Amino acid sequence: MPTDTTCTAETRAMPKQGDLTLHKRVGDALSQRSRWKGAEVLFWLVLGASFLLLPERHLLLSEIVILGLFAFSLDLILGFAGIVSLGHGAFFGLGAYVAGLTAIHLTGEPLTGLVLAGMAAALLGLLTGPLLLLRASDLTRLMVTLGVAMLLLETVNKLSWLTGGADGLTGVVIEPIFGWFEFDLWGTTAFGYTLVVTFILFMIARRVVNSPYGLSLRAIRDNALRARSMGIPVGQRILSIYTFSAFIAGVSGALLTQTTMFVSLDVLAFHRSADVLLMLVLGGVGYLYGGLLGAIALKLMQDWFSAITPQYWMFWIGLVLLVIVLIGRERIDAAPRVFWARITGGAKP
Amino acid sequence: MLTIVIDGFAYGMSLFVMASGLALTLGLMNFVNLAHGAFAMLGGYVTALSMNRLGMPFLATLPLAFLVSAIVGALAERTLYARFYRRSHLDQVLFSIALLFISMAAADWLVGPQQQLITLPEWLQSRFEVAGVAIGRYRAFVILICAALVVTLQLVLGHTRFGARLRAAVDNQRAARGLGINVGGIFAVTFAFGSGLAGLGGALGIELMGLDPSFPLKILVYVLIVVTVGGTTTLTGPFIAALIIGVADVAGKYYLPELGAFLIYFMMIVLLILRPQGLLAPAR
Repeated sequence: MPTDTTCTAETRAMPKQGDLTLHKRVGDALSQRSRWKGAEVLFWLVLGASFLLLPERHLLLSEIVILGLFAFSLDLILGFAGIVSLGHGAFFGLGAYVAGLTAIHLTGEPLTGLVLAGMAAALLGLLTGPLLLLRASDLTRLMVTLGVAMLLLETVNKLSWLTGGADGLTGVVIEPIFGWFEFDLWGTTAFGYTLVVTFILFMIARRVVNSPYGLSLRAIRDNALRARSMGIPVGQRILSIYTFSAFIAGVSGALLTQTTMFVSLDVLAFHRSADVLLMLVLGGVGYLYGGLLGAIALKLMQDWFSAITPQYWMFWIGLVLLVIVLIGRERIDAAPRVFWARITGGAKP
Repeated sequence: MLTIVIDGFAYGMSLFVMASGLALTLGLMNFVNLAHGAFAMLGGYVTALSMNRLGMPFLATLPLAFLVSAIVGALAERTLYARFYRRSHLDQVLFSIALLFISMAAADWLVGPQQQLITLPEWLQSRFEVAGVAIGRYRAFVILICAALVVTLQLVLGHTRFGARLRAAVDNQRAARGLGINVGGIFAVTFAFGSGLAGLGGALGIELMGLDPSFPLKILVYVLIVVTVGGTTTLTGPFIAALIIGVADVAGKYYLPELGAFLIYFMMIVLLILRPQGLLAPAR
């Protein structure tokens, strides 16, 4: 506290000088943060290498990356702006349906569908975002997001002349990307396509998060009241990141449609929203890579548990989640660092 | 028309019995418990299984459903829930989703995925007519039981020492603790009682809503709607919300079947926009 007051006093005394040093410090901190770290480069290299090394697993891999992108979009609002959502599946599902309908009625060109799906989801995010600001309690947000997702599920279910209702949307045909790369049976094109789209969106989001704008989001997450009194337009910021996150979720839904060439009501079901939360928590919240890592972990676990007890894998997933929260997410997040510190003999961070 | 209103009342009343426990825990400890429906399912299964396998009479199974759920609730509160009171809402959500998943898979594994059916005793079947309005006997029975519960709850909350302590703890936990009120103990009792009520509601609801392993998830949405729309500061708010939701759902399914559950979610959002602090809360 005392340092804060002296700092403001100084800046008031000599505004020019103070502003300059502050600017420089913030700029340094941000560029420090946005610098590429070895582990990050390694992560993308491994992911890229899996394209060449695991050709028979491309279908599974592209599903994992799509779910990872979806979880990543949730991380943007949960990990960076602190918005708890139980209805993120709405954007995923809307994107999936819009991509499917675009392919059937408009054009089979995949990129058009992708952009349209993202825009539609972003529009939904923009329209429903103000509901989040009504009463800034977590419970209301949970309910509103859940309500919007359920509303969308019911709407899609009832508009069966357009969406096929419970039977799903069939006859989705996607043309080759740029008229060149055709979607094949083994998912090679699909995996390459999802990987590239994911990487591009990830880069954009990484830039957004490591900007002054991203810092203001963190301030809102940590203490909305103080953020407001510092002059951060809280509502506007929440609305914009929510829309952006919805856009990415919509794109990930579109990717699922385009790579599987099928959409069903399943994309809007409650378990989508719960699963994505689970993935994010498995991978860790608030450092961008949690979604992708969590998607890998969840898919592997799902495969493993289904092999033991096909019907009851939900039980095991629940148990794993229970253990994670009982131990404490913070402690698990900190574990590698503590471990590393112990190996190198350095002091505990 | 009136028949539908009465059906809706019965439905809403059993919703309220399930939701009241949640309203208390949410209001008291600010705990987001998505697994509340699991206790309702437990009560439902106790009734269904003890009727179908042990041949117990329906009325005798109702207190049993209450007791079993309350005991399990108390155990869960002491061993698991108590650890999460001070955690973030996200942790609480994750924890209760985990419990939800486990309970659904466990029910599937132990009892099987099929719908549980019960045969009501003779005197609760069929309908009777009052002034030309046909009323299902079972509906009337549910309304009577729930009305008695609501009155008892209000009396306990409003006119007993325990109720006064509970309200004090809801209003300001720290001050209540400072006055020497054992907030932890009150919460354990309230949680157990709320779980018991959920179990009773689940038992009464078998005939109205069905019972299978996905029950906690189905009921979760309705119960949460009742609590968020009604607000957590009083029990009257959730009660009115439960009646509105019950009547709207039954009427919607009857008159506008093509809308389905659409109406409920739509109403929830509209009510939240109009009264964001809860139905009866003073505008702030």
